[in-house]
Amino acid sequence: MVSYLDFEKPVAELQTRIAELRKATSDEMDLDREISDLEVKVQKLLRDTYAHLTPWQKTQVARHPERPHFHDYISGLCEDFIPLAGDRLFGEDEAIIGGLARIDNQRVMIIGQEKGNDTASRIKHNFGMARPEGYRKAIRLMKMADRFGLPVVSLVDTSGAFPGIDAEERGQAEAIARSTETCLSLGVPLISVIVGEGGSGGAIAIAAANRLLMFEHAIYSVISPEGCASILWRDAGKASDAATAMKLTATDLYGLGIVDRIVLEPVGGAHRDPKSAIAALKTALLQELAFLTPMDQDVLRSMRRKKFLDIGG
Amino acid sequence: MSWLEKVRNKIPFIVKRETPDNLWHRCSSCQTMIFNKDYEENLSVCPKCGFHGRIGSRARFDSLFDEGDYSVLPPPVVQEDPLKFRDTKRYADRLKAARLKSGENDALLNAKGLFGGRQTVIGVQDFSFMGGSMGLAVGSAFVAGVKAAIECRSPYIIFTAAGGARMQEGILSLMQMPRTTAAIAALREAGLPYIVVLTDPTTGGVTASYAMLGDIQIAEPGALIGFAGQRVIESTIREKLPEGFQRAEYLLAHGMIDMVVPRFEMRDRLISLMDYLLPVSEPA
Repeated sequence: MVSYLDFEKPVAELQTRIAELRKATSDEMDLDREISDLEVKVQKLLRDTYAHLTPWQKTQVARHPERPHFHDYISGLCEDFIPLAGDRLFGEDEAIIGGLARIDNQRVMIIGQEKGNDTASRIKHNFGMARPEGYRKAIRLMKMADRFGLPVVSLVDTSGAFPGIDAEERGQAEAIARSTETCLSLGVPLISVIVGEGGSGGAIAIAAANRLLMFEHAIYSVISPEGCASILWRDAGKASDAATAMKLTATDLYGLGIVDRIVLEPVGGAHRDPKSAIAALKTALLQELAFLTPMDQDVLRSMRRKKFLDIGG
Repeated sequence: MSWLEKVRNKIPFIVKRETPDNLWHRCSSCQTMIFNKDYEENLSVCPKCGFHGRIGSRARFDSLFDEGDYSVLPPPVVQEDPLKFRDTKRYADRLKAARLKSGENDALLNAKGLFGGRQTVIGVQDFSFMGGSMGLAVGSAFVAGVKAAIECRSPYIIFTAAGGARMQEGILSLMQMPRTTAAIAALREAGLPYIVVLTDPTTGGVTASYAMLGDIQIAEPGALIGFAGQRVIESTIREKLPEGFQRAEYLLAHGMIDMVVPRFEMRDRLISLMDYLLPVSEPA
């Protein structure tokens, strides 16, 4: 059962109609024609709707519960994956998952936030909101990748780092800063992908990359639209206005020179056809890897630093 | 102008008394009334309870550099209002108002001068300028401060104060986190110390980037320092926050900073730290 977003109501209505016709089909009544007409209509409607999504609608798509998450990408992208756990300092934070993987037989270290897809797994992964342990695990894995010459791929999908007492007392800010610093120090390629939500410091901590890819309907911003609206408009209900003003869509960020490449999604968003979304990402990742892997470690490092030093300078 | 003033101003023989409204300062901690002049001379620290009030960039420079002598580095030129952002007001107007009020270009100011006899570059973030928030201007000033420090082989000492990133500059403000971090890497490679003094308040993206990467981390007493805002935490976990949560002393107890240093001792402490970290041979 697909869950529809509020702006998809006309699509939902057509789908219900199709389902009804399917039920009514019998030997006496052949409704195939009508059904296929309606299906064409649905496709056209979806294409039109998704071609003109507002920033706030994109925010809803990026957060869609059925959108592929880290584990879906792992099984779709990699032939092999060996997860590695723990920060060796305090604990194991399953909001960030990482490990050794093969993508089209190329060895990489892959790291990313996992939001979970049902109540139990969402709790286990803390809805993709990492604590300091998560970032310190990412640091450990990135440094290991650097030592063994493995390119790092990070998949970003988080509303932000976890705001909690425990996270603060164990140095959430320091962990994020250190993780960003580690990204910038790597002598191996770092390719980051905003696959869903790129929420603020919790996202940049693993995304200070050589190349930043972003899915067509993903979002990436300094604060959530709701947070921005409640601070600047003093009204969280103005989230839609804030989403527009902040310029958080892939197209906006490509225009600002922050995103290097947009990965197109299937009609109706990645959640309607995860397989082709993941296949599109795989193609893009392999091209990026082929481009970066031959580069010298000093070049990779200085290129990455220069890219960020030049933002606004 | 009220009707009373309108009438009075037309009567030439009634001399308007000059009573500035900022003659007194009320300590926000112990409520003691202090003569503003005395309060400022006391570096904005309450003489009764020791509460550290917020202090502007220039007053800070005055209290640090040898003989209060320094030159302020020119603010870097950056693209203004890159997103043409507008909430209930235009960002361009908010910026204009903040400049008019402060007389400064943006929230981070660098100065260079002799400090304990050595050429030193110090940066100070001013919370009164749009909450000290980090956008292109703050990021650029930080990078310029580091560059100036490398040029004169000086440490870079930064006094932080910020609510976080400047939302009105969207993703470009977030990008100042890796940007400033990249600048610190250059300072480290040049073998120069990077010293952070956390002042009240330092939160959000500033804490999660350059404010937590110092070789030495110092905080002023009572300063609020954290990643997430207290209201956000309370509404997420629905619990009351512990006493002293996210204050300088709390960070010290949790191993996040090296020391808490009162404002009066700051200059001497920084100089003695420099005596350890910098080469001994250069009497200026």
